[in-house]
Amino acid sequence: MLEGTRRAPEEVVGQVPPNLAPCTVEQVAINAVMAGCRPEYMPVVLAALEVALEPLFTLHGLTCSTCFSSPVIIVNGPIARALGMNSGINALGQGNRANATIGRALNLIVRNIGGGVPGLIDRATLGNPGKYTFCFAEDESDEEWEPLATRRGIAPGRSALTLFQGDGVTGFIDQRSRTPEALTRSLAQALNSLGHVKLAQWLNAVLVLSPEHYAIYRDAGWDRRRIEAELHEATRRPRRDLLRGVGGLEEGIAPGPEDERVPKFHEGGLLVVRAGGQAGLFSAMIAGWTGGRVREESQPITREIRT
Amino acid sequence: MTVPLPSATVLRDPTAGRSGPRRDRVAPRRDPRSLTVALLDIGKTRSDEFIDALVPLLAARGLSTRRYRKPTNTKPATPVLLQTIAAECQAAVVALSD
Repeated sequence: MLEGTRRAPEEVVGQVPPNLAPCTVEQVAINAVMAGCRPEYMPVVLAALEVALEPLFTLHGLTCSTCFSSPVIIVNGPIARALGMNSGINALGQGNRANATIGRALNLIVRNIGGGVPGLIDRATLGNPGKYTFCFAEDESDEEWEPLATRRGIAPGRSALTLFQGDGVTGFIDQRSRTPEALTRSLAQALNSLGHVKLAQWLNAVLVLSPEHYAIYRDAGWDRRRIEAELHEATRRPRRDLLRGVGGLEEGIAPGPEDERVPKFHEGGLLVVRAGGQAGLFSAMIAGWTGGRVREESQPITREIRT
Repeated sequence: MTVPLPSATVLRDPTAGRSGPRRDRVAPRRDPRSLTVALLDIGKTRSDEFIDALVPLLAARGLSTRRYRKPTNTKPATPVLLQTIAAECQAAVVALSD
């Protein structure tokens, strides 16, 4: 496994929370073996761990939270193709060996090195299956599409990963919309339900657009930035409708200007990704951790993968 | 059936090789009224409600309390905060709030 990296086995990658235990490249390799990785996956596993250890990712809080979330790895660029990562059929399911084992290795490191053991300091009320593994690649087959990593500041053509604090997959079904406007209205309703229908600017999310849904946008000339902007506007609702107790629902947002139209997500808090099999007007939403409600404290992070 | 390992086999530990420190349990206080109890709000949305409810219950038992707050639940308490609590209190309740 160590042949998959030029880094020295004894090099300390960082301190893994919650125990802040130092983790060497060799320990990463040991856990990668247990996960079932091939040696060539090591650069992605190492990069994922390094991103997870950045303070802004808040791995400590994520691991120890009673909420559902765990790290979700989204890979872009040449390395995804070189490793044969799955961005197509079942990309969010079994994936394939690379998808499954890269995500598994990161989670094993959190458990084995960091001590984030369920039932002990990991006290998630329910958790989510992504605590075993959650890793996929973006479909970059359409040259018109701006990949997620590029959108988030990585130079085009470079290998990169985005680490997101995610809850698991929520399906979105719309087999009737045929225009981008109709699909956007429909998606906005579904996105507004994440976490709680009356919570806003409370969590981030990933929207995984399937090829058939994306085709509706592409055929109308909508690019990534247009889709993001239109979705952001379409999720806005008057604050007065979201206040605690309104509509017979006790949950809700804090008081403020009642006429303000509050978007579901902070600016940039919705990450749009393309993946999935060619057939099916089904997309997916991955709700984010509640720690994301305070932008300056906890955010998804995108970094280049060193090979 | 047990399969013997080849003599050259080296087993690698996948963990950090750590275990939690074992500490002797603190003996029960004869007079708990001498205690000052730290009430730590970890920064979740309803931690304060829990502490608000706890204060009169502890006061009714003659216990002194001091309130502390982490600015956010997304990050651990700072060493300064933990040391302050250790210096000023003899017991602590952490309000996880959920």
